[in-house]
Amino acid sequence: MVPLYWYLWLGGVVFAIGVFGFLARRNIIIMFLSIELMLNGVNISLVALSHYMQDLRGQILVFFIIAVAAAEAAIGLAIIIAMFRNRDTLHADEMAEMKG
Amino acid sequence: MQYYLLIPLLPLGAFVLNIMLGRRVIRRQAHWPSTLAVAGSLVVTVMVLLDVMSGRTLNEDLYVWIVSGNFKVSVGFMIDQLTAVMLVVVTSVSFLVHVYSIGYMQDDPGYYRFYAYLSLFTFSMLMLVTANNFLQLYFGWEAVGLCSYLLIGFWYEKRSASDAGKKAFIVNRFGDFGFGLGVIMVFLTFGTLDYVSVFDGAGGVAAQTINILGADVNLITLIALLLFCGAVGKSAQVPLHVWLPDAMEGPTPVSALIHAATMVTAGVFMVARLNPIFSLSPVAMDVVAVVGAVTALFAATIALVQNDIKRVIAYSTISQLGYMFIACGVGAFGAGIFHLYTHAFFKALLFLCAGSVMHAMGGEVDMQKMGGLKRYMPLTYWTMLIASLSISGIPPLAGFFSKDEILWVAFNGGGVGRVVWALGTLAAVLTAFYSFRLIYLTFHGEFRGTEEQRHHLHESPAVMTVPLAVLCVGAVAAGWIGIPPIISSVFGVEDANWFAEFLKPVVGHPEIEAPHSTEALVMGFSVAVAAAGIAVAWVFYIKNREIPAVLARRCGILYRLLFNKYYVDEIYNATVVRPAMLIARYVLVGLSDGVIIEGVVNGVPALINRFGARLRRLQSGLLQSYAAVMALGLFLLMAVVVMVLK
Repeated sequence: MVPLYWYLWLGGVVFAIGVFGFLARRNIIIMFLSIELMLNGVNISLVALSHYMQDLRGQILVFFIIAVAAAEAAIGLAIIIAMFRNRDTLHADEMAEMKG
Repeated sequence: MQYYLLIPLLPLGAFVLNIMLGRRVIRRQAHWPSTLAVAGSLVVTVMVLLDVMSGRTLNEDLYVWIVSGNFKVSVGFMIDQLTAVMLVVVTSVSFLVHVYSIGYMQDDPGYYRFYAYLSLFTFSMLMLVTANNFLQLYFGWEAVGLCSYLLIGFWYEKRSASDAGKKAFIVNRFGDFGFGLGVIMVFLTFGTLDYVSVFDGAGGVAAQTINILGADVNLITLIALLLFCGAVGKSAQVPLHVWLPDAMEGPTPVSALIHAATMVTAGVFMVARLNPIFSLSPVAMDVVAVVGAVTALFAATIALVQNDIKRVIAYSTISQLGYMFIACGVGAFGAGIFHLYTHAFFKALLFLCAGSVMHAMGGEVDMQKMGGLKRYMPLTYWTMLIASLSISGIPPLAGFFSKDEILWVAFNGGGVGRVVWALGTLAAVLTAFYSFRLIYLTFHGEFRGTEEQRHHLHESPAVMTVPLAVLCVGAVAAGWIGIPPIISSVFGVEDANWFAEFLKPVVGHPEIEAPHSTEALVMGFSVAVAAAGIAVAWVFYIKNREIPAVLARRCGILYRLLFNKYYVDEIYNATVVRPAMLIARYVLVGLSDGVIIEGVVNGVPALINRFGARLRRLQSGLLQSYAAVMALGLFLLMAVVVMVLK
């Protein structure tokens, strides 16, 4: 039997990799992938806890998150393509017009 | 008797109408509302006068104006003999000035404005004389000051006119400061501002003193002197007379109105109205009499050498106002009001004649450039001659009776009376001299102006000459209601001084126990010196015209002193005006405005700006730096939660 905290560690590590990727990489597509990683890190811990507490609501929430992430991916990629067409780049630092 | 309310309200209505519709709608017809309104006031005044003569006087509060603690002021009116006389003077002279202005102001672009102000002026003066409490008096007092400012500076595009308006207003502030303090003292002493209550209580506090800076001052004397400060300003007495000659910058009908009916008579009226207060303080009475006498002589000497026709008359007004204060100061308030009343006629006449002359001369005011106008404008000449005879005190014209009464009561006034009488008589000689100097320089001899002016010479239109004729009747006959017994007994009438009898219930009348022979002597003396003054003027300006120039050269210092009006303006400039300007420039504008206010106003935005410049660096626009801050924040928050909640 795999103990609960292994799963939680796994979820935490996946989430941390996502955070690191989001902060460290400058390519917007990679940053976008990192967001997906963070979501899935959370999903792992939700499923693990749901099983541990014998409560299905956690798993139901995961389905919702996956559905939302799919929608987000569709819209997000569309925006990224639009940005690329306009600017010929996907470098995050180049998109810093909104500064004070 | 409620219809008396129409007297002030009609001119007020005309003012509102003219000021609101004058520019667009009424325009050249602006004289109609104002003139009709003042005519209406005149008619109502006559009705009120008849009522008062039949013994019906009135004092009522109409409306509670202010209530605050024990401070209560009403809007109320007092119609008695004194008010009735003032109403007659104000409305009749004002009416004639309104009519005259139709001709005089004909082509002025500010026609409607002129009539609006005239109406407001008349309204203010009527409010002043009908008030039944100090605050309403003060309201009228200040409103009159405002109107004088507006009308003296009527031609405000002209620098000197707008300066003169400001000067009149500011000089009056000095007097009104004292007047305001006086009103406050009245309230502190009596707890009310109602005339009747104050007069009733005045006797009770006559002996009270008040400690000011370690000196005990009689309370009533203090109040009377403070109130008199206001009169000194408004009635242009020394040392606050400087505004009045400059007020000649205004249109001539305004000068007539200010000098004869409104404004300057306010001071004399106020002293007469408050006679129960003044009578209680011998010191204040002496001050009033001496200030009056000094002013009468002082202004008369200046008038001797002025060349501006209107300024001569202006100084003569100051001088005649001095006479009125002499009368008040020796306790003969009725005589003062009598002179005010006769003076209104001949002074308005003098001014309107001067206006007529200026009208013919194309605005020229220098008498040295006139001369010989008698031929061109006979009506103006004759009316002005009569006015001059009247002001000189030649019997049986109006000025004779009133001036004689004043000199006679002063002669018997006791205390400072004889001194004041001597000064007054001396001033009477000078009055006769300068009045006829004006006549001889203007109307006699040969014309000294330009050819162009000579062609333009003409008698004024009827709308201007008819008021002259009407006023002329007043200048002749106005005095006949105050004939002293010594003269009337010659005609078999024992008591013909109806005017004094009429005013007696309000202002009293000093009983003079003196032999008739003395009175005849004093009277004869003043007439003789007046005649002498005229004779000297004739010698100087008709017979032997080199004398004035020679005299001016011989007594160079004296001549320059008089010609420059004793340098009073220069002294004020050096002691008051310049320091005030310096304080304004360096302390108020330089320090307070320039450093303190500017510092705050500019400093606060500068601080915010600098702070903002730092703060906005946070807003870098870099997505990932925001995310880093967010992650850091989240981490810190979680650390706190874990550490605190364990």
